[in-house]
Amino acid sequence: MSKHTLSVLVENKPGVLTRVAGLFSRRGFNIDSLAVGPTEIPEISRMTVVVEVEGSALEQVTKQLNKLIEVLKVVELDPASSVQREILLVKVRADATTRTQVIDTIQLFKAKVVDVTTDAVVIEATGTTDKLKALLDVLEPFGIKELVQSGMVAVGRGGRSITDRSLRSA
Amino acid sequence: MSETTKQAPSPADVAQRARPKPPTDPTSAAPAPVVEAVEVTGAQALVLALEAVGADTVFGIPGGAILPAYDPMLDSNKVRHILVRHEQGAGHAAEGYASATGKVGVCMATSGPGATNLVTAIADAHMDSVPMVAITGQVSSASIGSDAFQEADIRGITMPITKHNYLVTDPAKIAQAVAEAFHVASTGRPGPVLVDISKDALQATTTFSWPPPIDLPGYRPVTRPHSKQIREASRLIAAAQRPVLYVGGGVVRAHASDKLRELVELTQIPVVTTLMARGTVPDSNPLNLGMPGMHGTVAAVTGLQKSDLIIALGARFDDRVTGQLSTFAPEAKVIHADIDPAEISKNRAADVPIVGDVGEVIGDLIEQIRADQASAGPDGADGVAGVAGAGGWDYAAWRERVNGWKETFPLGWTETEDGTLSPQYVIQRIGQLTGPEGTYVAGVGQHQMWAAQFVQYERPNAWLNSGGLGTMGYAVPAAMGAKVAEPDRTVWAIDGDGCFQMTNQELATCVINNIPIKVAVINNSSLGMVRQWQTLFYNERYSNTDLQPMQQRVPDFVKLADAYGCLGLRAETPEEVDAVIKQALETNDRPVIIDFVVHRDAMVWPMVPAGVSNDKILAARHEAPVWEREE
Repeated sequence: MSKHTLSVLVENKPGVLTRVAGLFSRRGFNIDSLAVGPTEIPEISRMTVVVEVEGSALEQVTKQLNKLIEVLKVVELDPASSVQREILLVKVRADATTRTQVIDTIQLFKAKVVDVTTDAVVIEATGTTDKLKALLDVLEPFGIKELVQSGMVAVGRGGRSITDRSLRSA
Repeated sequence: MSETTKQAPSPADVAQRARPKPPTDPTSAAPAPVVEAVEVTGAQALVLALEAVGADTVFGIPGGAILPAYDPMLDSNKVRHILVRHEQGAGHAAEGYASATGKVGVCMATSGPGATNLVTAIADAHMDSVPMVAITGQVSSASIGSDAFQEADIRGITMPITKHNYLVTDPAKIAQAVAEAFHVASTGRPGPVLVDISKDALQATTTFSWPPPIDLPGYRPVTRPHSKQIREASRLIAAAQRPVLYVGGGVVRAHASDKLRELVELTQIPVVTTLMARGTVPDSNPLNLGMPGMHGTVAAVTGLQKSDLIIALGARFDDRVTGQLSTFAPEAKVIHADIDPAEISKNRAADVPIVGDVGEVIGDLIEQIRADQASAGPDGADGVAGVAGAGGWDYAAWRERVNGWKETFPLGWTETEDGTLSPQYVIQRIGQLTGPEGTYVAGVGQHQMWAAQFVQYERPNAWLNSGGLGTMGYAVPAAMGAKVAEPDRTVWAIDGDGCFQMTNQELATCVINNIPIKVAVINNSSLGMVRQWQTLFYNERYSNTDLQPMQQRVPDFVKLADAYGCLGLRAETPEEVDAVIKQALETNDRPVIIDFVVHRDAMVWPMVPAGVSNDKILAARHEAPVWEREE
């Protein structure tokens, strides 16, 4: 089993998320992460789905997704030729004695503090899954009170766009 | 009913204003009607849209949420609404209508329980790629999500079992949803589409015009096959020594039977016709090996197992055909043509995948093979590029082998010793006395398999059954739908006593609407197929399969027929069989029910037990075919 990142362009219509999520569950495909948001075209939304499947099953996932009427396009993004990011918000225990140490640590990850109280800080970080995991590993000893993480979003490197002109009339 | 509704023009009025539009596309057969914008209610828009799209029959039952739609329905002189007795019957009737003709079948129900009662039929249509549109009423949009009376999220419920579905709450969108639903249901790989319309959308005033815009940017079924794949397929066919045409229901749905027969004639390759494809190649054609799969003929199952090339046309390598997948046709390369790309290499990897309409695929293949044969010259395949050791389209030795299996292991049964009736004999006589122009509709179980085996099919659309979902209760309502679609044909429901009791209330619909179907109840007093498995795999422990433990007729099917106003007949011995069938064939003023009391220990053979290799086929109990030593 290996992880694959799929960018799925869908019509921005009610129920489309249910259709996609339902397809994954009833065909027995595991979703690792799912992120949905708007694109530069108001009628089109973009889902980034990370699935854990083998090669032949990935072909089935793609074909089944394409069968959904409201799915416009499915593109697999190769990690080497795409930028992949997740966002992490984590609340870490930090009082006057440890706060400086926490801040020094997170600067190595280009993360920032977005909220401070007497006993905790909220840290915002973006990056790949691996980078965020590394950050969490070093924050662990301070005490993680709460954390929330987004699904992955990804875009191909270079000048080409997957929302090409044929879709703009959608 | 509101004032607005009453003052608005009736669908018939509006329809009269419709004038034919000059065809924009010269290839399109019937020009779509054009209706100028008129002010109507949403309900009228729905009926007008059904008229415009050419729906002539709707099977359904009204109820609270769909009630507004039933008022203008009363005035329509183009749409015939047939009031059924249970929504499942409406769904299967729409399927029968569609399967007999290829036209889109339509069923209608109210919200909540009305809609959920359609679910089985929708799932059935989805599995067997039946073009069907289901229209359901929904509670008013303001109440959606509030657990209102008779509210069910039918769009959510049917998402996994429809090709597409709609929830319409804007009356201006009703016509478009109907137009899109019919388009999606009938093109590409056909399937069911559900349109759920809220009551307030049906009641509100809107404007109706036709045709509405079709906005389906994500729906572009590929119908033209890729020429490179066709060339490659022809090359494999030329090179093959032991090819088999594995024909599925897609050939029926694509109306490609004539082309297929041409291909068979041209290539002389043996054919297997799946449960869904019976009749696409006539059973009288010596190249037809019959049905493959769990209860297929020894020749068809073995032909596939020992083939070196499977040419799959509109078939999906269903588990009931392949048996244990890892041991299925181990030496065969696979050419797989299907309009649904997701079917290709889903179960069995294809060496030559061809996405396209199967009729176009076969047409192109015929042309390619003819061209390749011409360029190869009279001496064989010398001229075909890249064919090493090609057989030169000569499969005579292979044909001889499969014909040997066909002759050694014909379908058959053992007559009982006590003179009781064999179900296989009854079904064979129905087919023989009715002939190939009849339509045969089965339920699910032993009688379904026997009807697939012992009726001789000579034309496509003559055999209707629930293949993928295996829905007991399909036969009576589907036969009703088929009879409505083709009133001049003799339509038999060949049903089991278990199946019959699931949906026999539609006999009332048949009697009242003058739909004289004929029902053969193959009555073995038990759930026969389950009983067969209990006999073979559960040490004859018959748990809950005996439908007549009191040894009485509960119910008495002849009396039941009488109660419905049908002709009820019974046969209990072989001598009585022909007489009752003939009487049924002569009775066309009302439905006929024949109670064929058959012996309960009859079993369906051949059989490949579930999950084992097709090599383990048993021609009859304890009778495994002995194969000639393999060369």
